[in-house]
Amino acid sequence: MIHVRALRKHYKVHERPPGLGAALRSVFRRRYRTVAAVDGIDFDIGEGERVGFLGPNGAGKTTTLKVLSGLVHPTSGDVTVDGHEPRRRSDVFLKTITLVLGQKQQLLWDLPPGETFELNRAVYDVPRAQFEETVHELVNLLELGDLVKKPTRTLSLGERMKCELVAALVHRPRVLFLDEPTIGLDVSMQVSVRDFVKRYNERTGGTLILSSHDMEDVARLCPRVIVIDRGKLVYDGELKELVTRIRPDKRVVLRFSRPVEAHDLVRLGGTVVRHDAGESVLQVHQEAVNAVVGAALAHLPVNDLTVENPPLEEVMGELFARGRAQREVEASG
Amino acid sequence: MSLRNTARAFPTLLRVGFADAVAYRAEMLVWVLATTMPLVMLALWTAVARDAPIGRYGQPQLAAYFLATFVVRQIAGSWAFWDMNLEIRDGTLAMRLLRPVHPLWGYAAASLAALPMRLLVSLPVAVIALAVVGANSVTHDPFVWILWAISIVGAWMLTLLVNFLVGCAAFFVESSVKLMDAWLVLFFVFSGYLIPIDLFPERLRAIIDWLPFRFQLGLPVELMTGAHGRDAALALLALQWGWVAIALGATTMAWRRGLRRFAAYGG
Repeated sequence: MIHVRALRKHYKVHERPPGLGAALRSVFRRRYRTVAAVDGIDFDIGEGERVGFLGPNGAGKTTTLKVLSGLVHPTSGDVTVDGHEPRRRSDVFLKTITLVLGQKQQLLWDLPPGETFELNRAVYDVPRAQFEETVHELVNLLELGDLVKKPTRTLSLGERMKCELVAALVHRPRVLFLDEPTIGLDVSMQVSVRDFVKRYNERTGGTLILSSHDMEDVARLCPRVIVIDRGKLVYDGELKELVTRIRPDKRVVLRFSRPVEAHDLVRLGGTVVRHDAGESVLQVHQEAVNAVVGAALAHLPVNDLTVENPPLEEVMGELFARGRAQREVEASG
Repeated sequence: MSLRNTARAFPTLLRVGFADAVAYRAEMLVWVLATTMPLVMLALWTAVARDAPIGRYGQPQLAAYFLATFVVRQIAGSWAFWDMNLEIRDGTLAMRLLRPVHPLWGYAAASLAALPMRLLVSLPVAVIALAVVGANSVTHDPFVWILWAISIVGAWMLTLLVNFLVGCAAFFVESSVKLMDAWLVLFFVFSGYLIPIDLFPERLRAIIDWLPFRFQLGLPVELMTGAHGRDAALALLALQWGWVAIALGATTMAWRRGLRRFAAYGG
């Protein structure tokens, strides 16, 4: 479905130090720097896959999505989406995809979202009956009700994002590019949007590429992740495997019926991450989990016990820190 | 982008554009009032012409000229540049680029959709003008009226394309607003908006006649007020459409090149 080979996108950025002198100098002599937003990445995504793009700010995730959706022309490399070259933006290609940008909106600000849906029906040439069926289904799934009849400017951020999703899906695209779809939303709205995307994707079998800072979005929706750092691909594979590779330890969360001393926990093995009156968290190597759990159950007043992976944020933090350290070593050597 | 797809979607683009224009009705009214400069010029020039005509313009001719200027500006005006410049700079253009209709058609539809609101203001002015200055101040030749209709379409297209062309500059420079300001200064002086073109000195006119500004506004006004016979009108019309063709070519080129540089910032 999606093939990317040696993709590069370089920007020429004008640089100017602060101050009046620098401002005047820049009028006569401009200094530019070339920034490699995406620096030679390769990957393939099959039909129906759900893939998460992960990476710190400025890693090149959004630029990659913009290249895939035809908004930005690549500096070099080959990109095809469903057999189309995105930068040509053919009608067939544009009818195949959709892109939802969490920080940009396509809804007409002073008109009700229903007008944007109608506009999209016309531009995507969606048959009337299909349009009404799709909008009815999406409005129900997202529990929008009469909100689609209120001017967009009067809607809350979360309501607007839900309407954005309807507008983006009116033409039933087979490839969904989502860039930070839950940014700025409260927790319940994040869950609602996330659940909707998952259910929609399961029902339609479309291909989903999600870029998000919210690790929870990616963990819930995408079995596979592509990690990009400084424009380079640093990992492509299953999320579970990434977690195991970077942090081959588990978190054992213990809840007690009465307070437990810290030294009792240390005796179990592993590292104490947190120790409160009623709850403690131990970091334990994967192979030692059974022994630690057995010992805890045998010697401590355990009420409840769970074994979890380390938080994804920590895993990613460690991955990027290793990348930075490696770059520093390469630079000094 | 297929033209068939665009043609199919265009009525909806117009309808939604009209709904948007109506939503901004207060702003639209202020906008229309802001284009009343020809009425100010009318007062100024008729005062100057109180004692003796200026060139071929007596007071009734000046009244006819500036009222026609007001009407033509309302019909043939376009402000697409301002949306385009903003959307290129903040990356909102991305949302238009995702749709299978060329963004420039979207801007064109929005510009056309605002026309009914502008006609609502300009038509009564045209009727009052006719009553005040008398039917003798406008051409009686039906053929020239046909040419006028073609010239007003040409004026609108040329103005729209100039808006697009200067708007495309936002792909290349950090802000194209100053460029538009410069164009507008030249337009106000050389289009016949503030001064009828035949009042310029002969030497300057030789240059102005070949510049595009007159064809954005002055030509329809001149045809309306009977300044040209059929042959002269046809020759000027050919020149106007020549400028439309040049502007179309330049816009197409600037758009294609600009799009390669588009970074879709902000998001």
